[in-house]
Amino acid sequence: MTILVKGAGVAGLTAAFALARRGHSVTLLDPKSPGMGASHYAGGMLAPWCEGETAPAAVVEAGEHAIDWWEEALPGLVERKGTLVVAPPRDQSELERFARRTSRHVWLDEAGIAELEPALAGRFRRGLFFRDEAHLDPRKALAGLVDALTSMDVKILTEADERAFSHIIDCTGRAAIQPGSQLRGVRGEMLYLRTSDVTLSRPVRLLHPRIPLYVVPRGEGRFMVGATMIESEHDGPISARSLMELLNAAYTLHPAFGEAEVIETGTGIRPAYADNIPRITGEGRHLAINGMYRHGFLMAPALAEELAARLQAVPQRRSATA
Amino acid sequence: MLTLYGTELSSRLLLGTARYPSPAIMEAAIRASGTGIVTVSLRRETAGGGRGGQFFETIRALGVHVLPNTAGCHTAKEAVLTARMARDLFATDWVKLEVIGHHDTLQPDVFALVEAARELCADGFKVFPYTTADLVVAEKLLEAGCGVLMPWASPIGSARGLVDPASLISMRAHFPDVPLIVDAGLGRPSHAAQAMELGYDAVLLNTAVAGAADPIAMARAFAAAIDAGHEGCRAGLLEPRDMAVPSTPVIGKAVFA
Repeated sequence: MTILVKGAGVAGLTAAFALARRGHSVTLLDPKSPGMGASHYAGGMLAPWCEGETAPAAVVEAGEHAIDWWEEALPGLVERKGTLVVAPPRDQSELERFARRTSRHVWLDEAGIAELEPALAGRFRRGLFFRDEAHLDPRKALAGLVDALTSMDVKILTEADERAFSHIIDCTGRAAIQPGSQLRGVRGEMLYLRTSDVTLSRPVRLLHPRIPLYVVPRGEGRFMVGATMIESEHDGPISARSLMELLNAAYTLHPAFGEAEVIETGTGIRPAYADNIPRITGEGRHLAINGMYRHGFLMAPALAEELAARLQAVPQRRSATA
Repeated sequence: MLTLYGTELSSRLLLGTARYPSPAIMEAAIRASGTGIVTVSLRRETAGGGRGGQFFETIRALGVHVLPNTAGCHTAKEAVLTARMARDLFATDWVKLEVIGHHDTLQPDVFALVEAARELCADGFKVFPYTTADLVVAEKLLEAGCGVLMPWASPIGSARGLVDPASLISMRAHFPDVPLIVDAGLGRPSHAAQAMELGYDAVLLNTAVAGAADPIAMARAFAAAIDAGHEGCRAGLLEPRDMAVPSTPVIGKAVFA
């Protein structure tokens, strides 16, 4: 079996990794550099229980295993520090609502929040702590997978002839959004701040009825702030309004973010199905993984493993595998 | 039958399309509600992507009337521009006119609202203005050419219900022949029933359904409450009174106590 994986975002890289690890002959194809699509702008939160606020149970279940998968695939990259969820005083009812809709959290008081994140001491009376959640730096994770694939002799090409392969796995994400594909694009905007005045150890979510926001520490004083959700396939630069809202929310989390440098802004188009659940489609030698929505790093491992198991199960092809 | 700008509608619910967990759930909730009109928020940047992408295709495919809104606009000029974009995008001259005056309460800027309504009505739009329960503003909107008025119940998304029923009652009394729709601030089916009992023609909702744990069931619940309130109003409600009124005659019966 010779497998061509098209698309080197989080879906394609994890699929290639899962297949190569089982000894398949895998080639990865992407006209751009690996990891430069929507995955490049991901938050990297491995937060299945927080996502359970709006995500269906299937996402929470599959997401539970993502933390261990990433830890095993790329040792040392996953930070198991949990997620902290807070809300400004006037939006306390949002916190109650969030707690009702999610599981595996504990309530923290002011002292509890200060113990976890000293920088936020005295700023919030109550918070929710999702102890079992984790996060990673998506750009390091994508680069780590590229290195791992290279060491497993996976070729990464910018063009290839599909006829030379027995199986084609389409992980092209946004590029597959076509009329009739059932996919749509959901625009996301994010930015990076840099300041040495605030230190956070874990992703912090700030609930707000209009603009729920998260701030993820990336080390060396860098923080990723995200992310908008707009039903559009337009990938132009971040709008002034979105920029203002993200910055406002960061400022609400901690006023010191007001003095931070804006070192990067970005826009990505998340491919999604109507139910926002990613899936494997196709049959025979043409399969596809798509619709990662806002759950790429959370859902890609489960889909990659499911795909690998499916290809493993094809009896007449088994002899071709190493 | 509810008639808005000459269009007859069997449902008295107008439902928003924002903030559902997924488009699939949105679609199911819209169908469950039985609504004939959905509102669609049109951010300028959405229009920057041409026809607005697959999400708008989903909405077009629902087969219900689309009422584009100018949510998020803070000036009359911005609202007029957005309304014109919406007309092109959805091929409709209906527009829910919303001009926000205050970022935190999302209270309408009624001055800019009247200004934008004048311009849009003159341009042939059928304007559904999101306004306060102020009677003078309402008169100016009618003068401008609006054929429907949509007063708020309480701030958008607040789920507080009818915070000032007295104003809504006097609005109904002042404009007996104008279709009046309570827009914004409803949180529970009972709020919708209350608005309908006051004699309102319809209600417009979004967050109360989209933000519910089960939006589809909540859509059904609101539809039932709206029917109940409307029927109750038509059936003639009793006025509250201070003393008890026995429901069975007591005269002539034996008294055991």
